[in-house]
Amino acid sequence: MPNLIIDGKQVEVPAGTTIIQAADKLGINIPRYCYHPALPVSGNCRICMVEVEKQPKLQIACYTPVTDGMVVKTNSPKVLEVRKTVLEFLLVNHPVDCPVCDQAGECKLQDYYMEHGQYDSRLGDVKVKKEKKAFSIGPTVMLDQERCILCTRCVRFADNISKTSEFGVFSRGDHSQLDVYPGKKLDNSYSGNVVDICPVGALTDTDFRFKCRVWYLSKTKSVCPGCSMGCNITVEWDKMRPHQHKKARVMRLKPRHNPEVNDYWICDKGRYNYKFIDENRIQHPQYNNDLISWDRAIDVVTDVLKPLKDLKRTNRIGVIASAQLTNEDLFVIRKFFKENLKGSHVDFRVPQKPGDSDAFLIKADKNPNTAGALNILQPDTDVAAIIQKARAGEIDLLYVFGEDLVSQFGKEALYQISKNVKLFVYQGSNVNETCNYAHLNLPSSVYAEKEGTFTNCQNKVQRIWPAFSPLAEARGDWEILALFAAKLGQPIVYQHSPEIFKDIAASFPAFSEMTYDKISDKGMVLKA
Amino acid sequence: MEKIVTRHFDVPNSYLLETYLKDNGYAAARKAITQMTPALVIDEVKKSNLRGLGGAGFPTGTKWSFIPQTNPKPKYLVINGDEGEPGTFKDKYIFELDPHALLEGIIITCFAIGSHKAYIYIRGEYVKSLQRVQAAVDEAYKAGYLGKGIMGTGFDIDVVVHPGAGAYICGEETALLESLEGKKGFPRLKPPFPAVVGLFGCPTVINNVETISCVPPIINKGAEWYAKLGCEKNGGNRLFCVSGHVVKPGVYELPNGTTLREIIYDHAGGIPNGRKLKAVIPGGISAPLLTPDQIDVKMDFDSLKAIGSMAGSGGIIVMDDTTDMVWAAMVAARFFAHESCGQCSPCREGSGWVYRNVKRLYHGHAREHDLRNLPGIVNNIGGNTICAFGDAVSMSIGSYVTKFRSEFEAKLVKSEYAQPNH
Repeated sequence: MPNLIIDGKQVEVPAGTTIIQAADKLGINIPRYCYHPALPVSGNCRICMVEVEKQPKLQIACYTPVTDGMVVKTNSPKVLEVRKTVLEFLLVNHPVDCPVCDQAGECKLQDYYMEHGQYDSRLGDVKVKKEKKAFSIGPTVMLDQERCILCTRCVRFADNISKTSEFGVFSRGDHSQLDVYPGKKLDNSYSGNVVDICPVGALTDTDFRFKCRVWYLSKTKSVCPGCSMGCNITVEWDKMRPHQHKKARVMRLKPRHNPEVNDYWICDKGRYNYKFIDENRIQHPQYNNDLISWDRAIDVVTDVLKPLKDLKRTNRIGVIASAQLTNEDLFVIRKFFKENLKGSHVDFRVPQKPGDSDAFLIKADKNPNTAGALNILQPDTDVAAIIQKARAGEIDLLYVFGEDLVSQFGKEALYQISKNVKLFVYQGSNVNETCNYAHLNLPSSVYAEKEGTFTNCQNKVQRIWPAFSPLAEARGDWEILALFAAKLGQPIVYQHSPEIFKDIAASFPAFSEMTYDKISDKGMVLKA
Repeated sequence: MEKIVTRHFDVPNSYLLETYLKDNGYAAARKAITQMTPALVIDEVKKSNLRGLGGAGFPTGTKWSFIPQTNPKPKYLVINGDEGEPGTFKDKYIFELDPHALLEGIIITCFAIGSHKAYIYIRGEYVKSLQRVQAAVDEAYKAGYLGKGIMGTGFDIDVVVHPGAGAYICGEETALLESLEGKKGFPRLKPPFPAVVGLFGCPTVINNVETISCVPPIINKGAEWYAKLGCEKNGGNRLFCVSGHVVKPGVYELPNGTTLREIIYDHAGGIPNGRKLKAVIPGGISAPLLTPDQIDVKMDFDSLKAIGSMAGSGGIIVMDDTTDMVWAAMVAARFFAHESCGQCSPCREGSGWVYRNVKRLYHGHAREHDLRNLPGIVNNIGGNTICAFGDAVSMSIGSYVTKFRSEFEAKLVKSEYAQPNH
């Protein structure tokens, strides 16, 4: 393995590694525009040039492979000078319209100018004007040709990752412009990623444009709940400006790098699947159309549960859990219904309409935690049977977690259930048709308000972090059950999710030896 | 003086196979295939000191020897006939007047490098060249000099004629390969060099038209004969394209090492109307300018390099004392700005910036800081780009400014409002 020295630091890397990769390994940051670790090297921006001992010319770090004994300088006067000149060239025809540019604050032209540029302008010329500014190239992305530095990251993304080849660079010289091919639109399942990889303000997100300056955003690591892939994401939110965007907190979702799951990407469905966090929420407990307090809501449930438990008629309890819930929620459901109220019928496998899928990130199973739910709940009945019992009045309490039963079983079934069951509880984050049939609606938190774990289709257990507290009176799913348990005199004493996870790890061999710390932000695979 | 490449130019119907065969045509190809081994051919070309006549001057035999014979992929020969360098118009004459010499050279080269397919990439504007070469290829196929088992030897070779689409950069060999593959003409990152990963990812030799046309005479008459014609390390003759302010502009075949003075005054008839020489571009527009005191230089690759210019593609552009050097610089800069492929940032943005700057100077709108900044901007392009185009912009435009600075200064705005910085 070649051994080389970069800025006086020694590093050993596998043969074929490029200088920029070796520098990244050392934590030495070489500026870059066209280089992206997940895309083929293009070598066109020229800002990553470094000095290699015994080479007369500067070399581009993104393309030059390391050799044994190589000595590289990334901050010699010659290198710093070239960075400055490359920046100057890139800005010759750039409009520098930062005040009205959505990229401002996360723009590599701004960042590198402050870090490496800081020269006085030598421009005395009119800039080359390009045709398309604020031009929609598809449902999700806007193009601004003047701001484009022609790094071709988006071109290479469309050619190599989404394999849809919408982009090309047209014309020559300083009239070159990025565009989609004539007659084509940027409309594939992964379009939004080009916005993330665009280092400047040339490609911006139609959905996010002008919603919020990026420096106001807080960021919380999370996992996309859109399908069983469990792509790692960052929830970007702003609570300080409720006057904007109808009090919405979440401004956008961004992919978070995880080489074993989603690499640098997420699908568009996942990217724009955040509106439900702030819209259409169940905000307060509601009993037969009346808003009630949590205390009252607890009484309503326990008034039904207590006699069933005392008379050992727990087999008249039906529970439909959900693979949208975290492992922690599911573990408390198991503890409460399958242990405290032993005999209850519990399942989560609500039949799904077949979802779309592809060979890359999109999975047909639209739940983020099916693998976890199977492991933890170990259901011995099925949803159809529970529904059947509820319809027939063989059940006194039907407790549903977040699943919209109307879309699966139809209004007639729900009407019968509503009529024949003593208490029909719907505990969920958002209003849907099922709410209309439930006697009691309980507001629970969405994934972005929870701490917990999901187990994805690769059996990888991944953490989610709470970005903010639950909206209005909503509470975490397992916290609600803990309230019932306390009232029924068989308390489930947990303060925080890590305590639950400790018990999960102790109870299930597949989870053994896992802790939140060990799972960290990259995830851990279940033991076979 | 013995003519090599232009030996048939004066013969009527020189472009026909029939005419070519009369002068011992295709005998060298037959000799190479039947009497020599590929290694012997390469050795002979190496000994002849034949160097690439497209501009870079790389030793031809050495280039051929880089083709890895252990690589199981097909090997290709690509003839670079994109001849786009302003001031250069020699390959056009070979295409039009002696296409069979080129084809014979192709056969020998393919035999030497183990290739069975050659592409002739011809500048798109050269319509007559395209027609003549295609006609010659058709004739050669019919007569069994191309195709399967040529001349009864069992050696197969196919030749494809491909027109360019008008981009100067496609004369850069890797951009040419991209273009030939049907992509936009963007130069490739190197290494790997085409000899290892070239056309369609296969080992490829790319040679200039004139270079390959020299090969049959070398095989016929021997390497020593050829080497002796030129000067040390640079064998044979070369076609010089003389244009600009001379009495007899045209293509001249002269031995490598002839002085620039001889070419301008003895062969091209000197400067018309008794005017004086002001500047010469010795090797196409990319080559730095020479001033009258430098014209005793020998016109070979090494001598020109030694005085800070280059032999390039042999395009000699002569400028007399009526030439406005700022205008000349502007024309060159306009060319570069128009032809920069736009792939890498210093050249894409820099070439246009330089042009606009020089244009402002020429039109008398520039102030002192414009001229002060110009050499720096020009200099920042070269050495920082993927291909040699950026270097050409730097060296060429830079030479106008350094050698004729007073002319640039004379164009500046003399205004009390002219500010030192902006």
